[in-house]
Amino acid sequence: MSEARDSGAAIGRSVPRPRADRLLAGQGRFTDDISLPRMVHAAFLRSPHPHARIRSIDVAAAAQAPGVVRVVTGAEIAAQCKPYAGLHQLFSGMRVPDQVPMAVDVARWQGEPVAVVVAVSRAQAEDAVELIAVDWEPLASVVDPRAGAAPDAPVIHAALGTNVAYDGTVAHGDIDATLTAAAIIVEGDFTFGRHTGVCLETRSILADYRASDETLTVYESHQCPAQQQDIFARLLGLADNKVRVVCPDVGGAFGIKQQLYGDELAVCILSRLLRRPVKFVADRLESFTSDIHAREHRVKARLAVSADGRLLGLDVDDWFGIGAYSQYPRSSIGEGSHVLRITGAAYDLAAYRARMRMVLQNKNMVGHYRSVGHPIAIAVAETLIDDAARKLGIDPVEIRRRNYIAEAGYPHASHGGFVFEQLSLHACLDKIVALMDLPRLRREQDESRRKGVYLGIGLASFVELTGTGPDYYGKGEVRVSAQDGCMVKLEPSGKIRCFSSVTDQGQGVDTAIGQIVADMVGVPFDDVAVFSGDTEVSPYGGGAWASRGASMGGEAAVRAGRALRENILAVAGCVLQARPDELAIEQGAVVNAGDRRIRMTLAEVARIGYFRQDLLPAGMQPELSVVRHYVPHGRTFVATNGIQGSLVEVDPDTGFIRLLRHFVVHDGGTMINPMLVEEQIRGGVVQGLGAALYEEINYGTDGELTTGTMADYLVPMAFEMPDIDIGHVSVPLSGSELGAKGVGEAGTAGASAAVINAVNDALAPFDAHLTQLPMSPERVLRALRKIA
Amino acid sequence: MKAPAFHYERPSSRAEAFALLAQHGDEARVLAGGQSLMPILNMRLASPAVLVDINAIDNLAGISVAGDVLTVGAMTRHYQVAESAEIARHLPLIAEAMRHVAHAAIRNRGTFGGNLAMADPASEMPACCIALDAVMVIESAKGPRKLAAEQFFRGIFETALEPDELLVAVEFPIGQPGWRHGFMEFARRQGDYAIVGSAARFLVKQRRVADCRLVFFGVGDRPIRVQAAERTLCGPPPFAEAAATASAALAAELPEFADSLATAEMRHHLARVLFGRIITPFTADLD
Amino acid sequence: MDEMRHVTLTVNGEPVSRPVPVRLSLVDFLRGDLGLTGTHVGCEHGVCGACTVRLDGRIVRGCLMLAVQADGAAVETIEGVSDSGEINGLQDEFRNRNALQCGFCTPGILLTANELIRQGRVLTREDVREHLSGNVCRCTGYQAIVDAVMAAASRGSTP
Repeated sequence: MSEARDSGAAIGRSVPRPRADRLLAGQGRFTDDISLPRMVHAAFLRSPHPHARIRSIDVAAAAQAPGVVRVVTGAEIAAQCKPYAGLHQLFSGMRVPDQVPMAVDVARWQGEPVAVVVAVSRAQAEDAVELIAVDWEPLASVVDPRAGAAPDAPVIHAALGTNVAYDGTVAHGDIDATLTAAAIIVEGDFTFGRHTGVCLETRSILADYRASDETLTVYESHQCPAQQQDIFARLLGLADNKVRVVCPDVGGAFGIKQQLYGDELAVCILSRLLRRPVKFVADRLESFTSDIHAREHRVKARLAVSADGRLLGLDVDDWFGIGAYSQYPRSSIGEGSHVLRITGAAYDLAAYRARMRMVLQNKNMVGHYRSVGHPIAIAVAETLIDDAARKLGIDPVEIRRRNYIAEAGYPHASHGGFVFEQLSLHACLDKIVALMDLPRLRREQDESRRKGVYLGIGLASFVELTGTGPDYYGKGEVRVSAQDGCMVKLEPSGKIRCFSSVTDQGQGVDTAIGQIVADMVGVPFDDVAVFSGDTEVSPYGGGAWASRGASMGGEAAVRAGRALRENILAVAGCVLQARPDELAIEQGAVVNAGDRRIRMTLAEVARIGYFRQDLLPAGMQPELSVVRHYVPHGRTFVATNGIQGSLVEVDPDTGFIRLLRHFVVHDGGTMINPMLVEEQIRGGVVQGLGAALYEEINYGTDGELTTGTMADYLVPMAFEMPDIDIGHVSVPLSGSELGAKGVGEAGTAGASAAVINAVNDALAPFDAHLTQLPMSPERVLRALRKIA
Repeated sequence: MKAPAFHYERPSSRAEAFALLAQHGDEARVLAGGQSLMPILNMRLASPAVLVDINAIDNLAGISVAGDVLTVGAMTRHYQVAESAEIARHLPLIAEAMRHVAHAAIRNRGTFGGNLAMADPASEMPACCIALDAVMVIESAKGPRKLAAEQFFRGIFETALEPDELLVAVEFPIGQPGWRHGFMEFARRQGDYAIVGSAARFLVKQRRVADCRLVFFGVGDRPIRVQAAERTLCGPPPFAEAAATASAALAAELPEFADSLATAEMRHHLARVLFGRIITPFTADLD
Repeated sequence: MDEMRHVTLTVNGEPVSRPVPVRLSLVDFLRGDLGLTGTHVGCEHGVCGACTVRLDGRIVRGCLMLAVQADGAAVETIEGVSDSGEINGLQDEFRNRNALQCGFCTPGILLTANELIRQGRVLTREDVREHLSGNVCRCTGYQAIVDAVMAAASRGSTP
């Protein structure tokens, strides 16, 4: 690591993002900002029924409507591509249905695309959609996962013969004996509402198929261009070297833009059918019905505790509803898998058992949204721990300190089957106690209570799995690349152009990559321009997912930058008649390694390398562009950790909760850009606060969506959000050059758990307790028994 | 999510507008500020054949005081009401309630009359108009008519307006000394429609409530004036006792109104809490 | 066919005169017909604030107005206030504090914040949060935005 930073001026500095200037000037270039000649617009007819047979579709009137180019049904689309299934081979016994882009014969969730109109304008396409006549035969639907597993439940996919897509158990030690012997058992029955990402830029795609040379160019608001290139080529039977996927500026993603959507695949098919560019931009109503959802879990859990506050064992039973299909390519099991394996992961538990049943339903698909599964696992464990502390009269800080994985216990084999190389749980706890000034807050809480004001303080420790390695998707036979790549090129001016396979949806990872490259090559940060998101020119890599951009993509950038430096010095050495190891690069110039005296600028190296090769010895081939890749070998995940604290005020008369302040201490290893790290954490926290208080996708009893607009699905707004104080503990990741760990999802992981604990703390004098998210005023009042 | 096709008319005079409304009847929708109508059109929840845009008509906007009447023109934008010194002086209830109406950009475009004519039961201004005993000035080709605010709101998105009529102004009685007001609402987020809210007005004389108007919104299909509670508060002292009696009986006067925001029971509970908080500031001054 | 109507207005100070479908929203007109793609479409029902533009000097939702209604008006977009230098100070504060991530909400937030700053009041953080309460930012925690607006207001960088 010292080597990685020795020439460094940029790594570790809070440099502003170069991309920000463009975005601030209104010169972002998002997918919908792109228009192509002969471009037409698609609008989908979506199933109004949660579950219904399609007896017939009559498109005649729609086809005649003004501006309409073509009307196509799901069956016609299905004939144009191969089916696919969201399977993951690490989970034996998992059964999921095959998928095609749109419904054929049966619609299995409200919002599933059934037919599509392509017209000259989106408005005219929508007009024509209203003219499509479908003869529906509504079928009984599966809404609740437990009901879906019942023997008499309607089976959504006849070929599977069941709605239970997975039933798995993780066990460690003897949980039954532990529960029998424990001094106390605290239990909870937790309900987590569905969420979705609400990316402000809705899903957007512009597909341009050129028949003359069978080339498909796709502009798509997506996190993973290389993955999409592979999928489009395979499913449509195209040569992948003639499929180009461009992800321009992306207006928020959060995992929502990480998978394949049937409607987006259909747009590629339409472009091929019509031999012209077809654009589809989901409107906000379609986003709520069809963007990946997350977090529908019902968890019953029991925690066995000794009389002196030792956590002995945890028993978890999770029912996980995933909607009508398993998302492709990653599969939908990620959330449930994390609940199975990381509930209580910060603690040393002698006995552990978790069972997870993943059930298909007549609802939209559940998949990966920021901090996949973590908020569930963390809320369950942290709430139970506070319950135990309250029951035993132990301070919440103390019970955590007593039960964390021991400092001397690393590497730690977790009860969920992972290896945690090094965590900093105790250091994070100490730091947050100081950051919050907890003793003072407790005094304020006591004084306020006497005045009838109910403050609550909550903590939530978390272990987070980031930086997914090849042992997860690779071994699972899922075509998601755990590799990332970085190309660096010396421009004739001596400046650096860099192309990273890691994509940026606002996180600032391109800035971090630029900082790394600047230091590795030895140039000022401002001399590096970073690009990403275009498979035509990008090195191969996974894109943006699992908080791995800076940590894994950064490792590729280290290697590429260093290789370019060596190649530059090789050329300079020839010119200067010096051995490369006698030279170094600093601030964009070749200097003597010893006295740091400037010998030649990089512009001069480039001039000779590109235009005056005659000055170089025969056989010297200047290699002033290099590509390097990085794979985190031998890793399933990189475990990191942190703790969050919440201060709330609960109005026991109205059930309204005010977020007064929020605190985070996080271990992201070495920070490449602290300002960007902190903004990632804050943004993540606010999504977690939304989960705690506001956000919930609701379906009616028959599976019809009832929260279809932004007036129904409440996202956190500026007025209600608190200021968020952040502290850091930095234990560098071992075995890496940079030492950076994932940070992008940490905020979301622990925020809602901290708020539940704060609310339950505030309500303790009333003997009221919540275990359901979001904590709406109505639920608070019900917990207070003020309403039934 | 694009609006369906419609025929667009932009009359430049009231007479022209009345003629268009008379001609198209139910087929037409009036476009004022559009802050509620445009989302409805974009979501295709309505598809009127004709939109009659009244933004180009002169003399529909403005705030004026004449004698004991303050008049707000229907096309006065929310921000103009919020910033008006006359409103602040004569109708502080409106000034206070306006702070809860949506957000800056919406207040810049949305209109006072359009909001009332939309008759969203969770909206603040309809309740304020009833609390302030406002008079709605309605006009059509047949001529003008006036209607008490209390008679104007008929249900969810329903008013006493006939298809050929336009709400042109609202008149507020002013100049009666001794009135004090209260306004409060419970909304999930700043600017959201309220789950429950209340606009109230009290005439305090000799440490007694001589008269009052108490209106709840968000609790039914229209603003609900709770007259039994009003009578109780104006009844014999002590006030604290009257308030307790009124509070206990409050729910009986409120409809059972449930939607995705809250159950009826929740609304009744919050209405009681709100009632208590609105009258608390008065209790100290009253016998 | 869509009913058309001719509109004449100024956009960022430049005269514009052309026929538009009467049902076309102002934001779709600015983006699609005039290529002013800095104004974004986020929800089309008036909740998110991404389509905020300035109409005759005051911010409005571009999705809640028809293009025909802007006939005779002066419309300003992010491109206009950025090129004129009007919001440069605010942009600097946003950049230096990373008060934006994906940047999709940012033009709307800048126009909204600029309106508040132009009122010339002494602002509290709560004032800023309240004024921005109709603009969704899904990426930041809002805090850096509040910091940036406070800083720009206190240095009076925006006239």
